[in-house]
Amino acid sequence: MTMIFGVPLAVFMGQLLLGLINGAFYALLSLGLAVIFGLLKIVNFAHGAQYMLGAFAALLGFRYLGINYWLALVLVPLVIGALGVVLERLLLRRIAHLDHLYGLLLTFGLALIFEGTLVNFFGVSGASYPIPSALQGGFQLGFMFLPTYRAWVLVAALLVCLFTWFMIERTRLGAYLRAGTENSALMQAFGVNVPLLVTLTYGFGVALAAFAGVLAAPLYPVSPTMGSSLLIVVFAVVVIGGMGSILGAIVTGLAMGLIEGLTKVYYPEAANTVIFLVMILVLMLRPAGLFGKET
Amino acid sequence: MINSAQILSPAMQRRRNARLRRGLLYAALIVLGLVAPLLAYPVFLMKVLCFALFASAFNLLLGYAGLLSFGHAAFLATGGYVTGYLLSSYPGLTPELGILVGTLAAVVLGGLFGALAIRRQGIYFAMVTLALAQMVFFFYIQAPFTGGEDGLHGVPRGQLFGMINLRSNLAMYYFVFAIFLFGFALIQRTVHSPFGQVLKAIRENEPRAISLGYNVDAYKLVAFVISAGVAGLAGATKTVVFQLASLTDAHWHMSGEVILMTLLGGVGTLFGPVVGAGLVVSLQHQLAQSPLGDWVNVILGAIFVLCVLSFRSGIVGEALKMIGKNFK
Repeated sequence: MTMIFGVPLAVFMGQLLLGLINGAFYALLSLGLAVIFGLLKIVNFAHGAQYMLGAFAALLGFRYLGINYWLALVLVPLVIGALGVVLERLLLRRIAHLDHLYGLLLTFGLALIFEGTLVNFFGVSGASYPIPSALQGGFQLGFMFLPTYRAWVLVAALLVCLFTWFMIERTRLGAYLRAGTENSALMQAFGVNVPLLVTLTYGFGVALAAFAGVLAAPLYPVSPTMGSSLLIVVFAVVVIGGMGSILGAIVTGLAMGLIEGLTKVYYPEAANTVIFLVMILVLMLRPAGLFGKET
Repeated sequence: MINSAQILSPAMQRRRNARLRRGLLYAALIVLGLVAPLLAYPVFLMKVLCFALFASAFNLLLGYAGLLSFGHAAFLATGGYVTGYLLSSYPGLTPELGILVGTLAAVVLGGLFGALAIRRQGIYFAMVTLALAQMVFFFYIQAPFTGGEDGLHGVPRGQLFGMINLRSNLAMYYFVFAIFLFGFALIQRTVHSPFGQVLKAIRENEPRAISLGYNVDAYKLVAFVISAGVAGLAGATKTVVFQLASLTDAHWHMSGEVILMTLLGGVGTLFGPVVGAGLVVSLQHQLAQSPLGDWVNVILGAIFVLCVLSFRSGIVGEALKMIGKNFK
């Protein structure tokens, strides 16, 4: 058996793959946070809860309405994204003119409400969501076994990340968005409907979280608290990558997943904290984050 | 005889009256604190006092220096765990020494956190403190001395100064009340000192404070360390009261709860956090016994949303505004 630094190759690659898949979720979630923060300057503390709602919507849709995985993958982000639009219209808009910290506090309250409500109906223990039949099984790669669903998650997450990056950095709509973050008053003077842009951006960010939730449903137990613990790690990822940076969110998310996977192989006790350690290191060397601009 | 009031200017007289009124208010509140255990259950009151101290410590940062720390649970838990561990493992140790060491541990941790966190501002600061606190949380889950998921149970209350038995709830209450008064006075003095004025200047306009020649980072760091220390004191005291140190105190929900207490009572007012802590603790206490018990988190979340949307100055803040408008 081939060994890598005293660890069997299959174990090493397996952990690396697990890390990469976790990293895909970090990337998707921190991307959503970056998009929302970019235009609304709100740290969306409800992001974890919205990811969890996505997973629950898929689960309940499957159980009670017979909505299959593929339909859920399209429908759930739309529904939860629409919920985001409503939240932005009814609540977040009212505090847009205030210190950004109030946005954080408001969304934190929302997260408590979502999580608490679902805990009351479903308890804290998780339910499982079946892997769709088309994605069952796996490939024997010779040095390791790759489950099809995990491969699919990786590909889907990367495609969505790339699509988002392309939309924001390479299209006209994205240019409006970036200009809106720089100077929204000027954009409005040019006739761009900035409030609409803001609403849609929030909805899109929330939809990204919900999409991640549907992807996660067959992999992890679907439980009301699945989002809140993940969210703190994602915040650390965001600090490492540099807050409004789209590319930073994607690259750092994947990299942190890999680092976490490697730590699990060589020093499992530190696996939960290694990302925070990296964060401290980055903060000492580059306080604005790896991809952030010094303000 | 000349009446001393006649030789004072009107402005001085007003200030003297204000000071007199404040003195009377403090005296009345201290008397209320002294008779309170005769009117209400002392253990409940001690819980309120511990959280009031915790919230006051948090408010020193948010209300006076404009820094939102989302990781204050780490200091509460550190004070609690260190004190709990020492008192359980060294039976000869008196509670006041245990609390002192627990507080010092929180001060040291505060220095470390502060040095890292003040490199960033606003939302970044909040997220850095949150992430650091999460590291502390994972440390306490895995560290051998904390009892992991179970926490530390049966921490002895011991003999205060080796003389007063704290097993009596009444004796314990007066000890906690004394600690609370000490912590509150420390914060009151900090806020009303030249140091506190500089903190407020930093909160209002940081670049200006820098241009006036203040070493802003040093001021922030000192404020952070004081706040961490007082939060640790609250945690250490809480552990002695309940004879228990657990992961709940280290969880980030606790950091959120203390924000809620402060926000609800009134950010940037001295009594706001005390009122907020009293309300939140009473609410949890009441709800726990009612059929709504399972909805505590939802209700707290709703209060959060309401506070942010409609009364951001909090209860004490809004009351002060009203007094200011109507009695001028």
